[in-house]
Amino acid sequence: MQSKPLTLKVLDIVTVIVLAISTWLALVFAPTEIVMGQVQRVFYFHIGTAWVGLMGFVIAAVAGIVYLITHDLKWDRVELAAVEVSLVFFFITIVLGSIWARPAWNTWWTWDPRLTTAAITELIYVAYFMLRQGIEDPERRARFGAVYTLLGGISAPITFMVIRLFRTIHPVVIGSQSAAAQGGFSMTSDMKVAFFFALFAFTVIFIDLFWHRIRLGGLQDKVEQMKLKVTM
Amino acid sequence: METTPDTSGYMIAGYAIAFLVMGLYVFSMYLRHRNLNQDLETLEVISSESKPKPAPSRTKTSNPGAKKAKTSAKKK
Repeated sequence: MQSKPLTLKVLDIVTVIVLAISTWLALVFAPTEIVMGQVQRVFYFHIGTAWVGLMGFVIAAVAGIVYLITHDLKWDRVELAAVEVSLVFFFITIVLGSIWARPAWNTWWTWDPRLTTAAITELIYVAYFMLRQGIEDPERRARFGAVYTLLGGISAPITFMVIRLFRTIHPVVIGSQSAAAQGGFSMTSDMKVAFFFALFAFTVIFIDLFWHRIRLGGLQDKVEQMKLKVTM
Repeated sequence: METTPDTSGYMIAGYAIAFLVMGLYVFSMYLRHRNLNQDLETLEVISSESKPKPAPSRTKTSNPGAKKAKTSAKKK
């Protein structure tokens, strides 16, 4: 059994600390938004998880490209880890957005361009796992997965840019928003502290989980090789 | 003057779900890691048990001709 590297152990501790600080900043330190009330506080985690979710899908696409060039299965593990961790974070983003939308827009869900592209992105990566499940040969699975994440990766910038390009009710935090946007607000300096710290905290959490997931993939491959060795 | 609406229930639900999902994911990773380690240990035991044993002696070979010769020798 491979022991956990010291850096990863330290990162685990740092992750717990930054998550705790980010939660405190979001729930206690940041002032209550006057129009929406307490529900606005989900915004900090909503943005933090969205940031790492979309970043992970881009990382997966890059890992896919590297795999197609090098044919090294290590990159397939990286790609798979990035997709899995991002899928979890992006799911949280969608759920938090829906919870925020209920009091802000008076509906849990609407087929707005941002919400639609976000849902499509999530489904694209759910299908990625279904694709992988259907292919037994590791080389073939890695090749198909790489091409899929490469194409699926396009959905991440589209989801990010859609509120800046189309008329949408989803508010834009950074940059100018559509005239139809509902629920937007201007951030105070304390809100900005909580916001930027949440971005930092979720980046740290993502790196930690990503690393753990890559190690898990390595262990999985080791077990598979060992099974082959025993059965031969 | 407009009062701030009480939306604390939504906030609590949001954070509860966020922590629950993250917690479940971390737990699933821990379980997978533990199970894989158990599998690896088992496979290592099997692998060490099935390591090449000393070559079997000639009398144990399933050579029908040799078997026949042995039985005829016994009869004598």
